[in-house]
Amino acid sequence: MSALTAIGEILVLIGTFFYLLSALGLIRMPDVYNRMQTSTKSATLGSLGVIVGVGIWALGTDFGSAAWLTKTIVIAVFLLLTNPISAHALIRAAYKSGIPLWEGSVVDKYREHLEGKEKAPEETPKEGGEE
Amino acid sequence: MGEASKISRYLYTVIVLFLIWLAITASLDVQELGFGLLLSLIVAAFTYEIFTTNGLANLHPKRIAYMIAYIPYFLWAMIMANLDVAYRVLHPKRPIRPGIVKCKTVLNSDVGKLALANSITLTPGTITLDVDEDEYFIHWIWVPDEALTESEEEHVKASSEGITVPFEKFLKVIFG
Repeated sequence: MSALTAIGEILVLIGTFFYLLSALGLIRMPDVYNRMQTSTKSATLGSLGVIVGVGIWALGTDFGSAAWLTKTIVIAVFLLLTNPISAHALIRAAYKSGIPLWEGSVVDKYREHLEGKEKAPEETPKEGGEE
Repeated sequence: MGEASKISRYLYTVIVLFLIWLAITASLDVQELGFGLLLSLIVAAFTYEIFTTNGLANLHPKRIAYMIAYIPYFLWAMIMANLDVAYRVLHPKRPIRPGIVKCKTVLNSDVGKLALANSITLTPGTITLDVDEDEYFIHWIWVPDEALTESEEEHVKASSEGITVPFEKFLKVIFG
């Protein structure tokens, strides 16, 4: 049991805790947007912790080598770059398909923006439009 | 920002692909390196047109220094975001006051906008809903009082200061 093993174990533990929070957020939050908020962030950091933790953990064992760490870091970076994009695509699709916001929501600037866009083409003639 | 020459874009793609190959194989064997270089050259020939518009200018030392400085800053913001989520999920009263706010950005390049959108999604209480030119529509889990004003300009100013401005000083240098 070396220091590296201990660090790896602690990282994996922290990551698992954030996974748990992510699942709990899915249950407790009132609408799809807030659920996306909690689940995306916690799941990303949780995965980072678990994946990099496994890499460091393997360094401390007798069969481990530096290859573990570089591979896990590559996986972590790919995950870090793609996870928010999928969240963005999901939340945007949810909005476009008309899922309402929670009744406690305070502002919705996006609806104003979309309505403004719908009105604009009618006011300007088709050939002389800006686009 | 104009487009770089084809050769510069091609070389930049080769370098990035080869670095990924190095990390994945994690071996400095000559055969592995040679084959990796060959594969990078072939794949880059097909993909460099969609991969980058700046070419080797991305490897400017100042940009790399800012990128390295950005990594711990971003990770710290992410950890804060998760503690924030933990607080909101575990608190018995569930303190949320969500809303969709509008922000403006000063970034020009598409990659910079993508990086900013990703950073926003992973940091405290915000998730990007849509990007239109220089306007970001962001779902905020706790809209502060300053952003609740009637006036459009004040709203955009307050929400931009809360969300986009902290990242822009890094991303402006990295991606332009």
